[in-house]
Amino acid sequence: MTSIDTAPAPDTARPLPAGRSRLRLPRAAGGPTLVLASAVLALIVLAGVAPGLFTSTSPIETDPVNALVAPGGAHWFGTDQLGRDLFSRVLYGARPSLLLGLGATLFAVAGGALLGIAAALGGKYADQALMRLADVLLSLPPILLALLAVIVLGTGSGNVMAAIAIAFVPGYARIVRAETLVVRRSGYVEAAVGLGLPRPLLIVRHVLPNALGPMLVLATVGFGSSLIAASGLSFLGLGPEPPSPEWGAMLSQGRGFLATAWWIGVFPGAAITLTALVVNAVGRRAQARFTRRTTR
Amino acid sequence: MSLLRVDGLDVSFGAVRAVRDVSFTLDRGECLAIVGESGSGKSVTARTLVGLAGDRAAIAAGALDFDGLDLATLTETQWRAVRGRRIGLVLQDALVSLDPLRTVGAEVAEPLRVHGLLPRAGTGERVLSLLADVGIPEPGRRAAQYPHQLSGGLRQRALIASALAGGPELLIADEPTTALDVTVQAQVLDLLRGLKDQGTALLLISHDLSVVARLADRVAVMYAGRIVESGRTADVLADPRHPYTRALLDAVPATHAKGTRLAAPPADRPAAGPAGCAYATRCAAADDRCRQALPAPDEQGALCWHPGPGAGPSPVAVRLRTRAAEPAPEEAPPLIEADRISKRFRAPDGSAYDAVKEVSLTLRAGETLGVVGESGSGKTTAARIVLGLLEPDAGTVRFAGEPWSGVPERRRRAARLRIQAVQQDPLGSFDPRFDVERVVGEAVARAGVPRGRARRARVTELLDRVGLPAALLERRPTELSGGQRQRVAIARALAPDPDVVVCDEPVSALDVSVQAQILDLLADLQHDLNLALLFISHDLGVVHHVSDRVVVMKGGRVVETGDVTEVFANPAEDYTRELLAAVPGGNLLRS
Repeated sequence: MTSIDTAPAPDTARPLPAGRSRLRLPRAAGGPTLVLASAVLALIVLAGVAPGLFTSTSPIETDPVNALVAPGGAHWFGTDQLGRDLFSRVLYGARPSLLLGLGATLFAVAGGALLGIAAALGGKYADQALMRLADVLLSLPPILLALLAVIVLGTGSGNVMAAIAIAFVPGYARIVRAETLVVRRSGYVEAAVGLGLPRPLLIVRHVLPNALGPMLVLATVGFGSSLIAASGLSFLGLGPEPPSPEWGAMLSQGRGFLATAWWIGVFPGAAITLTALVVNAVGRRAQARFTRRTTR
Repeated sequence: MSLLRVDGLDVSFGAVRAVRDVSFTLDRGECLAIVGESGSGKSVTARTLVGLAGDRAAIAAGALDFDGLDLATLTETQWRAVRGRRIGLVLQDALVSLDPLRTVGAEVAEPLRVHGLLPRAGTGERVLSLLADVGIPEPGRRAAQYPHQLSGGLRQRALIASALAGGPELLIADEPTTALDVTVQAQVLDLLRGLKDQGTALLLISHDLSVVARLADRVAVMYAGRIVESGRTADVLADPRHPYTRALLDAVPATHAKGTRLAAPPADRPAAGPAGCAYATRCAAADDRCRQALPAPDEQGALCWHPGPGAGPSPVAVRLRTRAAEPAPEEAPPLIEADRISKRFRAPDGSAYDAVKEVSLTLRAGETLGVVGESGSGKTTAARIVLGLLEPDAGTVRFAGEPWSGVPERRRRAARLRIQAVQQDPLGSFDPRFDVERVVGEAVARAGVPRGRARRARVTELLDRVGLPAALLERRPTELSGGQRQRVAIARALAPDPDVVVCDEPVSALDVSVQAQILDLLADLQHDLNLALLFISHDLGVVHHVSDRVVVMKGGRVVETGDVTEVFANPAEDYTRELLAAVPGGNLLRS
């Protein structure tokens, strides 16, 4: 039996491209900004993974004779007060900085998802308790919250990640809770109930994937914020121990030399800004794509 | 000299030719209706006439003349002086078209303000008189309210009032009554007729010939961007020449005897060449000549080599097969037995209201029970209680003799597969991440078919059952047409071989021609599978066509119930009579 409305549609119907599949490559139509941002982000990530590809100079070897050399042919970004090559330090600093930001974001996303779902599906009292707690935490600036957490937990990379995660969890929990509530009342969840799907399966198959989507997209943007927060804590001396290079800590070092050797502070600072910028650009684009896909 | 003269209008979006060679004229105090299905180009035509076709539209026309003004050459600035002032536009969805953050009064006042028609001091008074003119009771109170506080009918009137504020000579109404209940629809059509009688020219866009037949002096039927037939309404209705016009007329259930097909038997014919007739793929009479070229229009403007009746079997003549099984004997317990169920909800203002009050209904194997009522009458709430998605506050539901309400979900789960649902909005009932195969496959899996080849085969079989090709398996629901989506929803409902399918407004979001196909499909499936259908609709014509018995609901209560033919022929209650009187082309319901 073939039906009439499956016959070739009149020519004004929305064309249905044959090749629309999940494997389709991202369209280049993101504009030059997106292409540039993606390329820069790829380079930063590559530096984080394998800084040795870009430089053969050690980031921690001191050379007192060549201390405080201005940027030039021998040292592109100059050297610091101990004669360490800044270009190399900025490159090697990418890994700890990115890891701090990434780790904090992952912790925050996981915690937010868990708490948000618990609030949405755990009944009235769990919802009230969790959301009022989130209200309290959201009323404090995240960086202040992270500072408090670090003071309680102690310094070091792992604790900095945890502290930043704690600061960002309430925001993610809020989003997940709201999405879960919407999804739970959606027609497709109702249809699944009508098929007699057991509750755990229903939650795993339909509620979670649809409720977490928006948060994962937001997390790409949130990564930028985590990165800045992590650098901020390092700047205050709460991050990884010296001498291992980290952008926030390097920025802090450079502070004392701003009048005589501006390059010590400026290059790590620029690295933080650039990374946050490109992550945001890519994240926003992902967000726009996601919104379009789900609201068509 | 006509007020509006359109000659040879072409509108393209890139390679897509949305409107081709469209010509018509319109005088003051006259109403022309453009009728066609989604994608026929009727809305693009309307939007072109108010300069809103969009940046991507390439417009070409021999003449686009409005009272001596060449609309084709207007700049955006010039358009602003015309739009709202001399040409008014009323869109379908009043809730979307009205700004949610502004009061109704502010919305209606805007054209007055923008076009500087009145001194500021006089605006308020004029707004009130406009609202009163369109039949809004208590205009003073309503003007201070926001769109979401108004009912659908009042919103549509408010939208018409704002379109009329500038005193336009031409009013374009795009599907002005499609989302409305029959009685409200009748009121809005009467309002438009009043405007026409006062000398406003009216261009009405609709997918439903029976709706516009009441109002239009002339109709133009559009298909695939072309006007395929046009003429005086009475002539076209009495003597439709183009097969598509006939199909549109046949698709209206209210014009039919019960138990007949609404749509022509499905045809799958070769597509026409670029110069040929686009309808050839669907036309029973199409031959090679149709696929190669279009004829010159006949005196009724019909672009057809085989005009007039007799081209192919009229679907009206094709009776549906009779039921395979007689309804189950009386002594067997009914499949669904709802006994005085009630449900109260809390209104936003804190007061409680009865969504459903002491409603009783029974459904036996193989029969169709229609539930008819206007929006807010409690139809959907009753359906959700019957489906076991909502617990009634009072009363009981039994399913196949077993308690169905008031039991834990665990006990219901096993029987859930026997009662399935088809919703009004199929898209919302599909997980947005799933493709068609997974949507239907999930239901097939619940029915116990193991994953792999067997499941895929069963999904394909179900799609075939509802008339969909297997090629759609990997499509996402967003990439399907409205009719295809509803077919997928039906395929999913059929997957576990249910005894009962609850259809909540399954066709109200569809064009009449697609609606006709879905109704025929449901009738075929019921015949083949001996399904019991609980069929909920606000459309009396549809309910009459599909149902054995009917329940009429109003304000959460059952007003009247009985055999559908008897209830519609001899309504015992005033409310039922009122509903019946409002059905467009509904005279046949009684005969």
